[in-house]
Amino acid sequence: MSGTDLVVLVLLGAGLAFYAAGSLGLLRFPDTASRLHALTKADNLGLGLVALAAAIYGGSLAMAAKIALVWLFAVIAAGTTSQLLARRTRLDEPRPDASDSAPDGEAR
Amino acid sequence: MDLPLSDILSAGHLYALTGAVLVGLGLYAFITQRHPLRQLLAVNVVGAGIFLILGSLGRGPDATDPFPQALVITGIVVAVALTAFGAAMIVRQAETRAAAKPAADDNARGAS
Amino acid sequence: MTFAFDLILCLMILGTAGIALFVRDALAAIAFFIAFGNLMGLTWLGLDAVNVALAEIAIGAGVTGVLLILARARLLALGDDATCSGTPLWLRLGALAACAGFVVLLAASVLSIPPESGLDRVVAPLMPGLGIENRVTGVLLAFRAYDTLLESFVLLGALVAVWSLAPAGAWPGRPADPGMTDAPMRRVAGTFGQLLLPVALVMAAYLVWAGSDLPGGAFQAGTVLAGGLLVAAMGGTIGLPSSDRPLLRAALVLGPAVFLAIGLAGIAAGGLLVYPEGMAKALIVIIEYTLFLSIGVTLALLVAGPPVPDASHPNPEGKG
Repeated sequence: MSGTDLVVLVLLGAGLAFYAAGSLGLLRFPDTASRLHALTKADNLGLGLVALAAAIYGGSLAMAAKIALVWLFAVIAAGTTSQLLARRTRLDEPRPDASDSAPDGEAR
Repeated sequence: MDLPLSDILSAGHLYALTGAVLVGLGLYAFITQRHPLRQLLAVNVVGAGIFLILGSLGRGPDATDPFPQALVITGIVVAVALTAFGAAMIVRQAETRAAAKPAADDNARGAS
Repeated sequence: MTFAFDLILCLMILGTAGIALFVRDALAAIAFFIAFGNLMGLTWLGLDAVNVALAEIAIGAGVTGVLLILARARLLALGDDATCSGTPLWLRLGALAACAGFVVLLAASVLSIPPESGLDRVVAPLMPGLGIENRVTGVLLAFRAYDTLLESFVLLGALVAVWSLAPAGAWPGRPADPGMTDAPMRRVAGTFGQLLLPVALVMAAYLVWAGSDLPGGAFQAGTVLAGGLLVAAMGGTIGLPSSDRPLLRAALVLGPAVFLAIGLAGIAAGGLLVYPEGMAKALIVIIEYTLFLSIGVTLALLVAGPPVPDASHPNPEGKG
């Protein structure tokens, strides 16, 4: 069993490291686009690793399938929201091509 | 108040104390914040603190009292219903105020 | 869970609550409130109250968060940014003294009550008679069904109250369209909504079914349904219905009405809300499924807000 435990620990540790990196990027990067970059890349990888660790730790195929579903929808939701955030940021930035239909000028 | 740390640990008093502090924080914000939307948020924090007190005091050594759990679920649903009503009232009031003072930009918040 | 974990969690809860309450920007405050709600969900997991954790995260953090964000956006469109404003010093000091005193009193009384599982001993031997295993569901729908019946009517009443705030001339109409105004954003959100709505339905139906024996239940499932409906409405997949549609009204009252009818029929078996011998589980499942549908639709419409004057295209699509 200790072999499995070791794999779980390594996966969890790696996942948490990616989460930490993503959070650091969120805090330290200067603008929305680069913050999104940090979050979408690092945190999704972190989520995948943590989900994998949880699935192995759970020990049953049914549990692993449930965690896989949770992971899938978390990734789809993350992708959708980051698309929306990126688009919003682009609309809010002053740009020469005026495809702007934003109702309110200022955000956040 | 003269309980040792281990008693707090085993008894789940820690969560109840957190709930008590949440109630105090929320009440303070409710009194000092002027904007109704922020007051609504403060009321929700007070509610969360009360729920936490209620639930954590039902935490026994090997089971959690299902009664406060059911009460808390009921409370959460009622809280969201009243929050929805409060938010709708706040927006409606702002609309009425905006309609009464057209094109004046300096009327963000009047006396309540 | 270890004491260190509990302690860190409690400190994080107090921290996020403090930021949510006192940060200047309203959107940041709401974002921290949502984080606060999710951490509260973790404490409920720590207390082994998974039913409450689901409800807290779905309703307390999710639905309330969406509600507040929508209200803030509508206020912002009216030129009100909902930031903090200065309060007189005497008021702050007075409030500080009063609240600190109150917390000390509350903490002292909390510490004087020894935590114990109390009625769990009473409820546990009664569960086999119901045929279900989730004790919280048992309390909600059998031992204290009266509370839950009233609660379902409170939810309905709140929607009536919200609708009553419709401006003159707007009734009967649709709520303000929560959809994205920007076409590319609407397409992205629409794809997500088309994917999410059927999944949310299946997920919600499963949560109700699982709620008999495992954590779950009508309220949690109703929130999942409401979330699916709202995301679909934000992407323009479904339009929000006009408040006078008969199908909509039927969906709103179905749950409370069925609950009340079964409760009244119980008089024949011995009293209000008494389930006949051996039929408890079947009746509870029927009540939960109808209640879940009504809760989902009611919550979605509560978030959407009162009807507004019809300014845009009146397209006759709706949900049912």
